[in-house]
Amino acid sequence: MQEITYLAPTSLGDVYTALADGKRSVLLAGGTDIIVQLREGRSDAEQVIDLKHIPELTQFAFNSSGDLKIGAAVPFAEIYENAEIIDRLPALIDCATLVGGIQIQSRAGFGGNLCNASPAADTTPALIALGAILHIGSANQVRELPVEDFFLGPGQNALEDGEILLQIVVPNPGSNSAAYFHRFIPRNEMDIAVANAGVSLTLNDARDRIENARVAIGAVAPTTLLVSEAAEALIGKEPGEAAFAAAGDAAANAATPITDMRGSAAQRVHLSRVLTVRALERALKRIEEN
Amino acid sequence: MAVRRTQVQTTLNGEETDFLCEPRQSLLEVLRDELGLTGTKEGCNNGNCGACSVLVNGRVANACCVLGVEAENAEITTIEGIADGDKLHPLQQAFLEEAALQCGICTPGFIVSSKALLDSEPELDEERIRFWLAGNLCRCTGYDKIVRAVLKAAGTSDNG
Repeated sequence: MQEITYLAPTSLGDVYTALADGKRSVLLAGGTDIIVQLREGRSDAEQVIDLKHIPELTQFAFNSSGDLKIGAAVPFAEIYENAEIIDRLPALIDCATLVGGIQIQSRAGFGGNLCNASPAADTTPALIALGAILHIGSANQVRELPVEDFFLGPGQNALEDGEILLQIVVPNPGSNSAAYFHRFIPRNEMDIAVANAGVSLTLNDARDRIENARVAIGAVAPTTLLVSEAAEALIGKEPGEAAFAAAGDAAANAATPITDMRGSAAQRVHLSRVLTVRALERALKRIEEN
Repeated sequence: MAVRRTQVQTTLNGEETDFLCEPRQSLLEVLRDELGLTGTKEGCNNGNCGACSVLVNGRVANACCVLGVEAENAEITTIEGIADGDKLHPLQQAFLEEAALQCGICTPGFIVSSKALLDSEPELDEERIRFWLAGNLCRCTGYDKIVRAVLKAAGTSDNG
């Protein structure tokens, strides 16, 4: 690994100052991607800025409206051990428990998974389905960005020079609503998605009509896709087989996958359909059980 | 050639420890090359195999994916800190009794990772153990003997 300097600032102001000092900087949260990239010469950073000593980035809490705000450096293990999140946002648990093994989940978190911008990232489909909003900070301002607009291409995110991801805000889904994340890998654990899908459903009070829906599919395009055609196929319909099949068709139509060592393009298109349908069935089950 | 080194204060296996390291060194390199604690093994060195599992503030992490400088003010436990003096930890005893190792390279990582599981979850079954240990790879045993050893330790130990 090339020689680096290491900074552990304790305030956001110090982070912005360090980012403006002219050195090539990389931000460190869990480090499970960054440290490997540095060691393997895939990063030319001169300076590592550790974000784990900054309160705004290492805490998470529900606000009075029931929205969950997660600091960008919070590790997955802290999220999936929290009883309130398990109860209110189980789709976050679906994905947080699948990223790498326990050793990775102790350190890695939503913030780093988003910034790494892998098309096969495990957490983006669920966050898109839940309508998460990113808070992005710089020395001058904090701006908000819907998570689906954060990805520009494989490994490329929308952060500008001097900006950092501060928090991920997951809005309160409200009543008669649930989300589900589903991933296909050829083994049980510890693999990168061949394809994945995150969905959310909101029903009317009688629970016989879909009022709102979001469907996101991953590993089938250069970035995770929010499939608006799938949502259109669901909204206004009765929740069940016909609407879910139509949404699956829309997801399959939206997928533009490549063939690689993990799977063929044809298999990924098929998986987009199947995972979308199954995730919708399971989201519906979550609503019914609540 | 003189290289800039940083002083780090940490608690290592229960003892206050100071060390000097370069910021680019991983915790794994610091443990093995600076502190002589070679029980923690290097397998893949990229976060896939779990051979370098250590506890950082009670959570199991891959030491190859932690910078040595991040150990500042942290509590680190390695395989060398698992036994109580000459008295083996119940996990170590169970691994011996169940012959849960062959070449031994993965064993320290499995024991450290399993200790984190036993410390946090008293009620264990085979499925939970296999899920938890998915981040530890073994290319000799086929895992069954390891899982049996952890089940045995879970049943017999006070997890001290």
